[in-house]
Amino acid sequence: MNVTDMLELSGAQSIAAIEAGALGAEELFAFYRERAVEHGGELERGGLNCFTWVADGVPASSKGPLVGVPLAVKDLFCTESVPSQSGSKILEGYLPPYTASVVGRLQDAGAPLLAKTNQDEFAMGSSTENSAYGPTQNPWERTRVPGGSSGGSAAAVAAGLAPWALGTDTGGSIRQPAALCGIVGLKPTYGSVSRYGMIAFASSLDQAGPLTRDVTDAALLLTHMVGRDPCDSTSLQFPGQIELPNAERLDGMRLGVPKELQRSSDSGAAIEPSVRRCFEEALECAEGLGARVEEVSLPHAPHALSAYYILAPAEASSNLARFDGVRYGLRADGAEDLLDMYTRTRHDGFGAEVKRRIMLGTYALSSGYYEAYYGRAQRVRTKIAQDFAEAFESVDLIVTPTAPGVAFELGEKTSDPWAMYLSDYFTVPMSLAGIPAISIPCGLSAESDAVAGPGLPVGLQLAGPAFSENRLLDAAYALEQAIGFDTTAAHV
Amino acid sequence: MPATVITRDEVLHVARLARLALGDDELEPMAGELSAVLEHIAKIGELDLQDVAPTSHVIEVTGALRADEPRPCLPQEVALARAPAVSDGGFLVPSPQA
Repeated sequence: MNVTDMLELSGAQSIAAIEAGALGAEELFAFYRERAVEHGGELERGGLNCFTWVADGVPASSKGPLVGVPLAVKDLFCTESVPSQSGSKILEGYLPPYTASVVGRLQDAGAPLLAKTNQDEFAMGSSTENSAYGPTQNPWERTRVPGGSSGGSAAAVAAGLAPWALGTDTGGSIRQPAALCGIVGLKPTYGSVSRYGMIAFASSLDQAGPLTRDVTDAALLLTHMVGRDPCDSTSLQFPGQIELPNAERLDGMRLGVPKELQRSSDSGAAIEPSVRRCFEEALECAEGLGARVEEVSLPHAPHALSAYYILAPAEASSNLARFDGVRYGLRADGAEDLLDMYTRTRHDGFGAEVKRRIMLGTYALSSGYYEAYYGRAQRVRTKIAQDFAEAFESVDLIVTPTAPGVAFELGEKTSDPWAMYLSDYFTVPMSLAGIPAISIPCGLSAESDAVAGPGLPVGLQLAGPAFSENRLLDAAYALEQAIGFDTTAAHV
Repeated sequence: MPATVITRDEVLHVARLARLALGDDELEPMAGELSAVLEHIAKIGELDLQDVAPTSHVIEVTGALRADEPRPCLPQEVALARAPAVSDGGFLVPSPQA
């Protein structure tokens, strides 16, 4: 098959082509491997810096339903004998002795490992600028960020350097980069995918999910990802099967637009005009497909970001205690004693944002502040989950923009942590509630929106109750067909 | 809610709890950045949360126990393979007190 044709194929189409004998699995792997090396490497060599490692040669076996269509996975998934650093200097040289369950499942299903992708250090960030490997560029406009923290996976898929990829989402780290790179990203219901072998950030929120060119590919990968894993006691058996979506209409479907997430308050995120316009066009499109759009209320959603920035750093401060220079990774030289070795190793190994979050989390959990911060945040979390439960009594799905703005310039928000955190304003509430949500591209910013940066993708977020993945995928699929966004437009 | 402005001394205290060395030049910026974030976060202090139970598990999980059966674990040499320093089949660390 010629190279243009190969690049045009989605993951599902590649499977069909291999099964029909029109394409060889080894041929496809070699094709993507070459592209990954040529365009995905370091910035100095003209690459997007979306990969931290690329496979050498062609894998031995490609048996299984995914018939050898290669997969890129975020650096933080442990992959046996393959560098896995979670974007951090503190894990320099770490080669895990085992593979994350979800990666193993996909390998067993016939998706060989093509590459590891760049990310914000320990998944803390919304721009992939907080990486020990340096920032990743957005293939739509290379002076801009790809979003984060799964920015390497999003950029790789958008640039056509991998057919599909895995990311992880703690507060929006799959959905926001998918939106900023003009592709599809799905965060499944918490617990439906095993976290075993994912280098932990915030265990009560972390969830793996697919980043793909289209909704069908997201569904297809998800079918092979879900399921209970004895190695993760919070994982559960997904009720029923993940089905490939086929809805053409949304007749009778009720879509709720949360009124609290529309207006900007002093702590809220200002929605850029291009995002507002594309969002409203997407709602009209949904109505054209037969959906009913109505306003719903999530009274506590504006407080989600505050609760999240207590809970996630609190969990991170505990999870990251394991990086102490004893068992793996970096160790600072010349320590006077054990405590000195710990504190200097952590000083030298962690980047600025990770230190900030460890400090914030440690503070929120410290004596005298625990109830005021952590305790209150856990109660806000309850209220947010209740808000969603009540909203889902009157609507089937909730729709919001995925991010308040399009991809921002590299360096634009690095000096203002809260401005960066606001990128996740619309995605964090769903994370706290543990419910599934998907981002699909719904349009491009335009000159007429009177903002810098025309021609950049805008994401639409759809969220449903726990385990409503099939409904979510069906709705996203119908909208995707009607919107007709070209997710191959940023291929390099 | 407590006051949201965090002092240099508090930064030092928290850094000690977090086993994180911070240089003198890092203390002031850290205090400023944490204070700025805590000011936003403090807004949840305005909510009435009496009688609201804290979330422990967002999705109900039951029967998380597996059968307690012996099985092979990571071999010692594999566990030690990536350690910065090893001695006598264990992780070598500096003395707790120099």
